[in-house]
Amino acid sequence: MSWFKKGEEEKEKKERREELQLSDHLWIKCNSCNEIIYRKVIERNFEVCPKCNYHFQIPARRRMDYVVDPGTFVEYDADLLPVDPLEFKDLKRYPHRVKESQEATGQKEAVICGEAKVEGQPAMIGIFEFNFMGGSLGSVAGEKITRLIERAIEKRMGVIIFCASGGARMQEGILSLMQMAKTSAALAKLHEARLPYISVLTDPTTGGVSASIGMLGDVIIAEPRAMIGFAGPRVIKETIRAELPEGFQRAEYLLQHGMIDLIVERKDLRHTLASLLEMLRTDDGKN
Amino acid sequence: MVRHYLDFERPLLELEREIEDLKRFSKGKQLHLNEQLKNLEDKYRRLQKEIFSNLTRWQITQMARHIDRPKASHYIQWMFENFVELHGDRVYGDDPAIVGGLSKLNGRSVILVAHQRGVDAKEMAQRNAGMPHPEGYRKALRLMRMGETFRKPVVTMIDTPGAFPGVGAEERGQAEAIARNLKMMILLRTPILAIVIGEGGSGGALAIGVGDRILMLEYSIYSVISPEGCAAILWKDGRKKEVAAESLKLTAADLFRLGVIDEVVKEPLGGAHRDPQGMAVSLKQVVERHLRELESKDIEELLALRYEKFRRMGAFVEDGSG
Ligand SMILES: [Zn+2]
Repeated sequence: MSWFKKGEEEKEKKERREELQLSDHLWIKCNSCNEIIYRKVIERNFEVCPKCNYHFQIPARRRMDYVVDPGTFVEYDADLLPVDPLEFKDLKRYPHRVKESQEATGQKEAVICGEAKVEGQPAMIGIFEFNFMGGSLGSVAGEKITRLIERAIEKRMGVIIFCASGGARMQEGILSLMQMAKTSAALAKLHEARLPYISVLTDPTTGGVSASIGMLGDVIIAEPRAMIGFAGPRVIKETIRAELPEGFQRAEYLLQHGMIDLIVERKDLRHTLASLLEMLRTDDGKN
Repeated sequence: MVRHYLDFERPLLELEREIEDLKRFSKGKQLHLNEQLKNLEDKYRRLQKEIFSNLTRWQITQMARHIDRPKASHYIQWMFENFVELHGDRVYGDDPAIVGGLSKLNGRSVILVAHQRGVDAKEMAQRNAGMPHPEGYRKALRLMRMGETFRKPVVTMIDTPGAFPGVGAEERGQAEAIARNLKMMILLRTPILAIVIGEGGSGGALAIGVGDRILMLEYSIYSVISPEGCAAILWKDGRKKEVAAESLKLTAADLFRLGVIDEVVKEPLGGAHRDPQGMAVSLKQVVERHLRELESKDIEELLALRYEKFRRMGAFVEDGSG
C-alpha cells in the first residue's frame, strides 16, 4: 500500500498539458466546472475560476508573487541537486527524469525555499512545485526544508510551507521515505523553540508530504477544493471496492472532519498568513 | 513445521521428501542406509546454502512476507516475559493491527509496540493483515509516551504492508496520525529501538520506526513503496515486480549500505521460519546489547544523536557554481 497515485498523476499531467496548451491561447477550460473562461479574467482572479471557485494549480514562483511582499524574497539553497543513489532502473534514468522536470519548470528541484516578508511579517517560506516530478519529497527537498526550519530557529522566525505533492520520490527509495522523518524532526525542534509553523495545503497534497510536513502545522490552512489525503482515491477505491463519499478528501471534507483549521481563498491568503504570524509571535525571544 | 515453500525452494522440498522417504524405508526394513542418508543430507545443506546465498531482492521480499515467518506475537512470546497487552487510543478505538503493552526483557520493563499481521488467514482478517488505522498509531504513541513518563525504553517491531487505505482511515486522519508519531518520536525522552522483522511498508512502517537504533532481520525488507506498486506505476505492469524490487534496493543489506539502518540481524539458514526459536534467542541478545548501550547514554545526548541520525539521511550534491 503506498501513497503513490501515479495513474492519476499522469492523468492530471496530461490534463495540465492540455490546460497549458489552452492557456497559450486566450481561453482556459476550468478543471472543475468545465467552463471556458477568458484567460485574463482568471489571471486577474489569482488563477481562480470565477464561476466555481476552483483554485488552479500554480507554479511555485507565481505562488510566491501572490504571497510575499515584492522584492523581499531571498532564496536559499537553490544549488542543491539530486543524485541517483540507488542507480534506479527505469525506462528513463532518474537523472533524465530530473532534467526533464528542470526544463519543464525552470526549477532545479521540487521545492523553493527562502526568507521573505508577508505584509511586513518576516518568515521562512517553502513552496512545492507540483510540476517537478509531482512535487515529490526527495533528498534535496528534504534537506532544503530541514535547512529552512533550522534557519528559522536560528533567526527566530516562523515557517510557512505551501504543499503540493503526490508524496515520496520513488527513484530515491528508502532515502525518500526518510525525508518524512527528517523534516518532521526539524519541525519538532521548531516546536521546542516556540516558533510557529503554518502549513498551507494546496491541490493536491497526498502521501508522504501530507503524512509529515503537511499535517504538522500549528495552523493548517487549505485552499478551497484542494485534494488532501494519505492514500490516493484510486488506491482506496480498489482496496475497499466501494464508491467514495461525496467530496471525499477535499478541503471542505477535511474541515468537516476536524483535520484542518481553516480554508482560505487564494486572494485572502497573504493577509491571513500575516495576521497569524503576528498573533503567534512570542516576543520574549526565549524558549 | 515449515508448511509453505516458495518457488525457489522447490528443489529443497524435493530433497526433503527423498530424505523422509529414505528414513521411513530404512526404519521399516532394518536396513543400513546411513551412508546414503548422510549423502542426501549433505546435498541438502549444500543446496540450501547455495540457494540462500544468491537470493534476488524479489526472493527476499517473498521471504519477508512468508506466511510461516515468525510474526511479532512469536517474538513477544519468546523474547519477552510477562507481556501485558494494553489496548486503545483513548479517542476512537483499539486497532488490532498494532499490539502494544508492557513487558520484561531480561528483568527490565519495556514498552512494546508492534505491527501484528496474523499467523493464519483468520488472524490476518481480524488484524487487517497488519495494516493500521489512525487509532493504531495513536495507541502506539500513547504507549510510547507512557514509556517516557515511567522512564522505560521502547521496543518497536515493524511488519506491515503499509497504513490502511480506507475511507475511515482517511476521515480519522491517517496522515496526521503518522506525521504526529514522526514528530513526537524524535522528542520522546526515553530510548527507542526499532526492529524490522518482516515487511517495512512505507509511511505505515516509519510511523513506529523513528528510533535511536534501527535493526533489520536479514530477510526483511523496508521500502518507500511495494515492488508491485512501483512496477504498476513505472511500467503499468505489476508483474514487473522483480525488476522493481531490484530498483528499490529494499533489503537489509541495501539499507545498511545506504546508512539508514544500524545492524543486519543474521537469520538461521533458510530464514527465520526454519528455526523461529533460534531466531528469537539470537535477536534477544542483539536487542539486549543495543538497549544496554542506549540506556548508558544521558538522555540529552541520546536525543541529540537521534536528531542527527535522521538529519543526515539523504543523498544530494551542492553545486557551488549555482
Ligand atoms: Zn470552474
